[in-house]
Amino acid sequence: MAAVSQSAMAAKPSVENPKMTARNLDLFYSDNQALYEVDLDIAEKQVTALIGPSGCGKSTFLRCLNRMNDTIDGVTIKGEVTLDGRDIYDKRIDVVQLRARIGMVFQKPNPFPKSIYDNVAYGPRIHGLVNSRDELDEIVMTSLERAGLLKEVKDRLQSPATGLSGGQQQRLCIARAVAVSPEVILMDEPCSALDPIATAKVEELIDELRSNYTIVIVTHSMQQAARVSQRTAFFHLGKLVEVGETDQIFTNPKDERTKGYITGRFG
Amino acid sequence: MSLSFLLLAVAALCALSFYFGRQRAVALSGGRHSNLHSLPVHYGAYTAAWCGLPALALLLIWYMFQGSVIEALIVSDLPQEILDDSGRLSLALNSISLIAAGNGQHLTVEPEIVDAGRRLANIQTIANAALVVVMLSGAVLGLSLSYRKITADMRARNNIERIARYVMIACSAIAILSTVGIVFSLLFEALHFFTKINPLEFLFGLEWSPQTAIRADQVASEGAFGAIPLFVGTLLITLIAMCVAVPIGLFSAIYMGEYASPKFRAIAKPALEILAGVPTVVYGFFAALTVAPFLRDNGAILGLDVSSESALAAGLVMGIMIIPFVSSLSDDVMSQVPKSLRDGSYGLGATKSETIRNVIFPAALPGIVGAVLLAVSRAIGETMIVVMAAGLAANMTANPLQAVTTVTVQIVTLLVGDQEFDSAKTLSAFALGLVLFLVTLGLNVFALKVVQKYREKYD
Repeated sequence: MAAVSQSAMAAKPSVENPKMTARNLDLFYSDNQALYEVDLDIAEKQVTALIGPSGCGKSTFLRCLNRMNDTIDGVTIKGEVTLDGRDIYDKRIDVVQLRARIGMVFQKPNPFPKSIYDNVAYGPRIHGLVNSRDELDEIVMTSLERAGLLKEVKDRLQSPATGLSGGQQQRLCIARAVAVSPEVILMDEPCSALDPIATAKVEELIDELRSNYTIVIVTHSMQQAARVSQRTAFFHLGKLVEVGETDQIFTNPKDERTKGYITGRFG
Repeated sequence: MSLSFLLLAVAALCALSFYFGRQRAVALSGGRHSNLHSLPVHYGAYTAAWCGLPALALLLIWYMFQGSVIEALIVSDLPQEILDDSGRLSLALNSISLIAAGNGQHLTVEPEIVDAGRRLANIQTIANAALVVVMLSGAVLGLSLSYRKITADMRARNNIERIARYVMIACSAIAILSTVGIVFSLLFEALHFFTKINPLEFLFGLEWSPQTAIRADQVASEGAFGAIPLFVGTLLITLIAMCVAVPIGLFSAIYMGEYASPKFRAIAKPALEILAGVPTVVYGFFAALTVAPFLRDNGAILGLDVSSESALAAGLVMGIMIIPFVSSLSDDVMSQVPKSLRDGSYGLGATKSETIRNVIFPAALPGIVGAVLLAVSRAIGETMIVVMAAGLAANMTANPLQAVTTVTVQIVTLLVGDQEFDSAKTLSAFALGLVLFLVTLGLNVFALKVVQKYREKYD
């Protein structure tokens, strides 16, 4: 990790030992092409930020990484996405197992209308990760702890999750994702519905999670990308314009469009 | 002038006043509409409304009082001996109106009655002419007054809004008042019944046999009005119907909402809803002529004794009738579960059925319960199918293979044919109707509450 975070390293789409890769990725919503030949590597145990103006395809790309686009009608995907070197669009891949390995946190906190405990226990239960109630308790506690939520909710695990504040709900969703022990966590603008204080907490959490998980985050806030990520990819009009070390992208962008976007001239 | 002709004349006057009002506004504006407070149409509508409404109001008031005023006029001229006997009086009034209508040739009555009849005919002619005059003058008066009130800065638009609001209030008042009226007539007749039969006997009695003697010399039973067998029969058939409708409706809703491709859904959903459009009488003879004999014959093969008018046949067909009701309501509530919840579940690696079972169904459960309750109240009130397929015998049994009868069936049989309207037998129909009304009302209110509570959560 120390090796890749050196700012001296040149900006390029590939990294050594990528956790995930995308090659020549094209995506169509019916007849509209949303992604054009995207080549991007996701480095292991780092935070990769995807930035770009609205409608540039960054969320669409994120949803390709755990095949969430499969749930939308009329989406066609060409190209290759790999996880640990295996094509995830291969017919032999079970999308259910894939999504257990690649967790996701959404833009709007979306806790299930169940208790806090049941929300976190949802994944372990459906995947049969536990054999006893004690084990499940253990997983729930650890996950809540990792999401920095345990202290706030340990006295009311059985109360409904919808009663939590927006920021707590989002951290609960992170705990819910963590409970399945994924290798990669995808976050789709996780702070856009939160106030600044809750945002700061979630950002802190992302930074801690980095030591155990590979994280890809879509964000509208360039400050957030600069604060939490090690690598940043800039998307524009469905194309990956530039990717590199976050420091390099924000201080010395190579492409005129990247420069224009991060200095606020468009977007 | 007949009433319809009169109404047409008023409508023509309204159209005319619309034209006048609009013309005057245009003239006042001097060619520029922005000089007016409102658009010319509003002035037209304003004069039209003030022309038509007074005329209609006068008509309404006229008809409210015409009958009693005319009757008072006629009665005051009748001889004292007729007035003293209320039975003779009503008979006399009857003959008078017959004579007035020109249908009294065959009556053999006193000359003063014939005179009164002629007088009534006279008065009616005068009254009709007077009504025409009153209505038309009301319309013309309204027209001229409102026409004169038009100025460039008169607020015709606001005025029209207000009139429209009152018209809408009147419409909803009519709807509500007629419901209230129905409820009260039900209530009073039922109270009348309860003066003859003890309510406790009615609600908790175990025997139902409402045949009573109509004439004194007839041989008939005393009549027993214990409604429990009817309630049991109704519940049995409802239960069977729900056993059919709830699972089938729910699963088809889940399939249509979650699994079916849009193409299939576009065809299958309307097809399912056609079931809701089949007239209940068609279901009725389907139950009586197809399902019931089928059950009886197959029951015989299995060695079961199935009555040819079984609760099972009626319940099965009623269940089929209710399927679209359950499925479209539960489809609605399940599709209201936000997409973000589905995404959250899929994102954790849940399959479709796990997502439906663990997330969508629990979230939609209150709404589904509401849908089922509405379906139950529909089943309880359903009449045609049970009339044709369930039978009349008030058996108290839980055996679905036997004939039972329901509250609605009994109401129909009690009121069909020649009946005496003050016997306990006839009045018991109103008491049954009241019970039915209260139960379905309670169920509906409760179900709507449940559905509403659920809706608030996600909006």
